[in-house]
Amino acid sequence: MTKKITVNLITCRTIQQGVAMETGKTSQKYYDAVSIIHMHEDDMKKAGIMANTNVRVTSKDGSIVVKAVRTREDLVPGLAHIPMGPWANAIVSAYTYSTGEPCFKGFDVEIEPAENEKVMGAVELVQTLCYGEERKPPARE
Amino acid sequence: MTKVVTDVTCPFCGTLCDDLEITVSDDGKEIIDCQNACAIGSEKFLHVSKEGRVTRPRKRQPDGSYKEISYDEAIEYTAQMLAKAKKTLWYGWASTSCEAMAIGHKVAEKAGTIVDNCATVCHGSSLLAIQDVGVPSCTLGEIKNRADRIVFWGCNPAHAHPRHMSRYSIFPRGFFTTKGHKGRKIICVDCRYTDTAKCADEFIQIEQGYDYELLDAFRTVARGEPIPDVVGGVPKEKIISAVNTLKEGRFGVIFFGMGLTHTLGRNHNIDIAINLTRDLNDFTKFSIIAMRGHWNVTGSGQVLSWQYGFPYCVDLTRRTHARYNPGETSSVDLLRRKEVDACICIASDIGAHFPIEATRHMAQIPSVCIDPHINLTTEISDVHIPVALVGVEVEGCAYRMDNVPIACRKVIDPPEGMLTDEELLEKVYDRLCDIMGDA
Repeated sequence: MTKKITVNLITCRTIQQGVAMETGKTSQKYYDAVSIIHMHEDDMKKAGIMANTNVRVTSKDGSIVVKAVRTREDLVPGLAHIPMGPWANAIVSAYTYSTGEPCFKGFDVEIEPAENEKVMGAVELVQTLCYGEERKPPARE
Repeated sequence: MTKVVTDVTCPFCGTLCDDLEITVSDDGKEIIDCQNACAIGSEKFLHVSKEGRVTRPRKRQPDGSYKEISYDEAIEYTAQMLAKAKKTLWYGWASTSCEAMAIGHKVAEKAGTIVDNCATVCHGSSLLAIQDVGVPSCTLGEIKNRADRIVFWGCNPAHAHPRHMSRYSIFPRGFFTTKGHKGRKIICVDCRYTDTAKCADEFIQIEQGYDYELLDAFRTVARGEPIPDVVGGVPKEKIISAVNTLKEGRFGVIFFGMGLTHTLGRNHNIDIAINLTRDLNDFTKFSIIAMRGHWNVTGSGQVLSWQYGFPYCVDLTRRTHARYNPGETSSVDLLRRKEVDACICIASDIGAHFPIEATRHMAQIPSVCIDPHINLTTEISDVHIPVALVGVEVEGCAYRMDNVPIACRKVIDPPEGMLTDEELLEKVYDRLCDIMGDA
């Protein structure tokens, strides 16, 4: 039986994300730097997640598969972090409380092991979420 | 013989380091080496000369593939789209020059679009707070030369502004700060023990989302009033000791980042941080500075403010006057509520950095992406127009995070036949005038 844990999620820049973004958003470097979730070791144990395996992260706005990693920037148990980018934004709410600014930090997500599921590539992910499985753009006149 | 270009400004983050040395090949077409830049800056310069760059516009075909088209065709598509649409969102601007912005705004005014920049998902909340309560601020040079108390609140320059600490805030020796790092007290407030926190004398680990409460406690202590035993997960003693440290300084500064603007409370978090700065000025000299992300997002705010009076979320659809109402005229809200019927993304990336619900609408409506490289927005746009890279292949003006304008240099020539933002936007303007006449 898979276990699920609920944690508070934040998304922000990491230097690896910054460098990889300049290499190119379609590059392997970007994929490696951004399609991950930094978790505390206690949370990993609680959910039965091995480091560097895939997990499914679900918020009220979406669900995404990313790779769980240990972080060098220590987190407290109950707090997880996905670097800014398309994977994080697949589960961030677009609601802005009339400020124009979405809530990129501080929302609840459920994390569960998903070792056999695939982490999508950046372009594949965005096109699938926008156009569906076939990734077919809308017809124009 | 290779040539070294000195005093180059780095077009990546709001720190705008202006001491880079770039080695270019003798034909002036290729960058060979990059000195003094951080990991991100050097990647930006070195990446330019790599193979596989798109140098001509591309148009999406019905099957989803992209086909190369000429600049004239791309300009025609953009102008026709602008003329036809009832309400166009023109988002981005943070990675181009102020000169290009001014031309872009001319087009936006003619077509009656909404102009919004990256502050909308970044420091927009800070701008709202500054409009509410003002801002006691200073330049980064003053900090280097005078500041002996540095607070990093909800920001992580070690990752996002890698040379900020060595150029201005922690390590440099200045006119009145001759001891450098030893003469400064650094306090870092964050919910994670970040790499910035590791450089601090005192790290205050706050419970995520309790910034307003903790800033309020700081203000209360500064005014000599009692506070509860624990605020936002931080013990009372730690708060009192931190406030005393700040009061004892000769010149202090609070740097704040996305930790305040992206959490619940938004502009109110900044509002109270500014008010704490004001309170601390009763005891010593204190300033506050937003850690602006993109290298010229501050410039976009400046140019929009000169021209229309508002720094972002500017609605020009009425043509007679500009409107401003974040929450209504902000990009994410407009896209989420499906209120725009066309979109141009310039020098930014909606696909990577907007919540998917907003991106999804952008992917459905006619769209153009103007960006030097392939990114995630180009892959969901009808037309991608690549342009020369400002700060590397084109010179221009940019504003540092402390609102100081700095000239960016041209280091190499752009690939042959490639247009700059300015040239492209002028051509779009001319074509739009042909189509629309005097309307």
